Amino acid sequence: MNEIILKGIPAAPGIVVGKAYIYGREDLLVERHPIIEDQVPLEISRFEDALIQTRQEIIALQKKISQEMGSEHGEIFDAHLLVLEDRMLIEEVISKVKKDKASVDFVFSEVLKRYAGVFSRIEDEYLKERISDINDVGRRILRNLLGRKRKGLADLEDRVIVIAHDLSPSDTATMHKNNVIGFVTDIGGKTSHTAIMAKSLEIPAVVGLEVGTEKIKNEDVVIVDGSSGIVIVSPDPETLKKYEVQEQKNKGVLDNLVALKDLPAQTLDGKLVTLAANIEFPEEVPSVLLHGADGVGLYRTEFFYMNRTDLPTEDEQYDAYKNLAVTFKDKPVIVRTLDLGGDKFISTFNLPKEMSPFMGWRAIRFCIARPDIFKTQLRAILRASAHGNLKIMFPMISGVEELRRAKAILEEAKAELRDRHVPYNATLEVGAMIEVPSAALTSDILAHEVSFFSIGTNDLIQYSLAVDRTNEKIAYLYEPTHPAVIRLIKSVIEAGHKSNIWVGMCGEMSGDPFLAVLLLGLGLDELSMPSVSIPEIKHVIRSVTLAQAKLIADEALTLSTGAEVENFINKKLRDILPGLSGDQA
Amino acid sequence: MLKRIEKKVIVKNKQGLHARPAALFVQIANRFDSVIKVLKDDQVVNGKSIMGILMLAAERDSEVILVAEGTDSEEAIVELERLLNSDE
Repeated sequence: MNEIILKGIPAAPGIVVGKAYIYGREDLLVERHPIIEDQVPLEISRFEDALIQTRQEIIALQKKISQEMGSEHGEIFDAHLLVLEDRMLIEEVISKVKKDKASVDFVFSEVLKRYAGVFSRIEDEYLKERISDINDVGRRILRNLLGRKRKGLADLEDRVIVIAHDLSPSDTATMHKNNVIGFVTDIGGKTSHTAIMAKSLEIPAVVGLEVGTEKIKNEDVVIVDGSSGIVIVSPDPETLKKYEVQEQKNKGVLDNLVALKDLPAQTLDGKLVTLAANIEFPEEVPSVLLHGADGVGLYRTEFFYMNRTDLPTEDEQYDAYKNLAVTFKDKPVIVRTLDLGGDKFISTFNLPKEMSPFMGWRAIRFCIARPDIFKTQLRAILRASAHGNLKIMFPMISGVEELRRAKAILEEAKAELRDRHVPYNATLEVGAMIEVPSAALTSDILAHEVSFFSIGTNDLIQYSLAVDRTNEKIAYLYEPTHPAVIRLIKSVIEAGHKSNIWVGMCGEMSGDPFLAVLLLGLGLDELSMPSVSIPEIKHVIRSVTLAQAKLIADEALTLSTGAEVENFINKKLRDILPGLSGDQA
Repeated sequence: MLKRIEKKVIVKNKQGLHARPAALFVQIANRFDSVIKVLKDDQVVNGKSIMGILMLAAERDSEVILVAEGTDSEEAIVELERLLNSDE
C-alpha cells in the first residue's frame, strides 16, 4: 500500500506514530413532530429542564478542567454558559414552538442551524471559531432533550490517534493523554480551542487537514508530525523508521531540555555563544523561555500586515513590541523591519506580479519607497525600546547607500518622537541583515554603519548559488556547505570583527547541529534559530572547544565541494559527539 | 418612569465587540431592567444576548447605536458606553 502524505496546520508540536481512531460526527438528526396546542407548555418545560441539566453538566466540566489544567482553560466554558443562557436564543425557540406547533427538539436544532449559518457567513476568524462553541453547547442541549448519552473520548481503552472532523472543547477536555497520543481534525486554525488545548496537554496535533476523515480509516497506521503539520497515512517502512528515530530523538532532547535550560552556551575552553530564538508570533514566547534562549535574534514582523485590508497602526505595533521588550527585560530582542515580498505577500498593498519576486521590489526597497508605512513601524519600535533591550535590523540590504537611507528615515522617526515628547532609547542598536552577496562582499564598508550583522542564510545561499529554493528540479544545488557560501560567511565575520561589531546568523543553517561546530569555528558570536533547536545546539557547543572548532572550520575551507565539506564535518562531529543521533537535516 | 435613550457610540475596544468585550457587554446589560438594543447598519439585536452582539461583528472604530428603554436606561447607557470606550 502506498503511503499518503497530507498537509495541515501544525497545532501542537511533537511526533507520534499510532493507530487511527475515527471519532465520528454524532448523528443528532431530529425530525419534525407536530404537536397540538395543549402540548406547548410540556414542550417548553422539557426545554427548560434540558437547559438546567446542560448548565449543571457544563459547570461540573468547567470545575474539573479548572482544577486539572488551570482556570484559564475553564474559562472556555464561560462562553458556553453565555450561549446557554442567551435570551435571544431561548425566546426564539419558545416563540417558535408556540407558533409552528412543532416539538422543541426540532425547533431548537433548526434555530441552532440558523445561528451557525449566520456566523459562518461573517468574514471574521474569531466568529468562525465561535461556531464550534455554539454547536458544542447546542449538541449538549439536544442530547439532553433526546435523553441520549455520548461515548466520549474519556472512555477509550487503547492508545490511539483521534481523527475527527472537529473536536469540541468538551471533547478535548475529557481527552486523556494516556489514551489519546495525538489528534487530527479536518477543520480549525492555529488559534482554535482545540489547538490551544492540544498545546497545553502536550499532545501532538494537526488541524485544518480538510480531508482527514475522508482519507483515514479506523486502525490505519498514522504518523502525526505536529511540528510541521504533516500527517502520513499507512507510511512506507523507510518513512516509519525515519519518524521513529526522530520521535526518540525528540524525547531525548526534551529530557535534556530541563537540564540545559539555565546553563550557558559555552565551549569547553570558555567561549560564550549567544543562542537566540527566531519568532513570528507573540504566542511563541513561552516556548522561547522554556528552551532557554538568550533572547530573540529575529522577530519577524510581517504577520502584523497579513490577512487584513488596512495597515497596522503605530499603537498596535507598539503594544506588541513593548510586551516583548518587557518580557525579555535586559535580554536582547532584535526586531526585523517589514520584509515583505519574495515568497511573503501581503494583500493590503496589492503589489503587481513580478517576474523575479526574490529580486524584486521587496523588503527594505519597498520600505524606503513607502516611508509612511516604514516610519510608522520605526516609531512603534523606538517607543517600545524605552521598555527593554530592543534592537532594529534592516532586511535585504544590498549596499551602503540603502543602509544609509534606512538609517536616515530612522532618524526622521526619532525626530518626530522628540517633537511629540515621547521617550525612546537613544542608544538603540541598529544592525543589517547580510543576505545579498553584494552586501557580504562589501561588509567591511557596511560595518562602519551598524552595531551588528546578522547573516540570513536562506537568501544568501539562493542568491550566491543562483538557486531558486522553491524549484524542486534544482533543489539539489541548494547547498549550505558550498565552498562559496562558507567563504562568504567567513569574510562577513572577519569584516565585522575588524570593525569591532558582533556577527550573528538567523537562517535555517544556524539550527543545524552538524553545522554548529563549523559556524562556531568560523567565528560567529550569535546563532538565532527556532527555539526547539536551542537545547541541541547548546549541547553541541558545550561539548567542543573553540580551538577544535577552528581547526575543523580551517580545514573545511580548503575543501572543493559542498558534499566534501558536509562529509568532513559530519565525520568530525561524530568523533567528538558519538551520541548525536539522526541524519543531517 | 420608562425613559428611552438613544446614543451613537464608536467601538474603541481593541478587538472590536468580540470575545471578552462582547461577554462583558452582555453581562453588564443583564444587570439592568431596561430593554437594551444595539443597532449597526441595518441590524438590530438584543443587547442582553451574546449571540446577538456577536452577530453584529462590530469591529474597532465602527459605529453602533445603543438604545435603552426603562427605569434605569440612563445608567445602562453610561455603563455600556464606558465599556465600548475602554481599551479592554
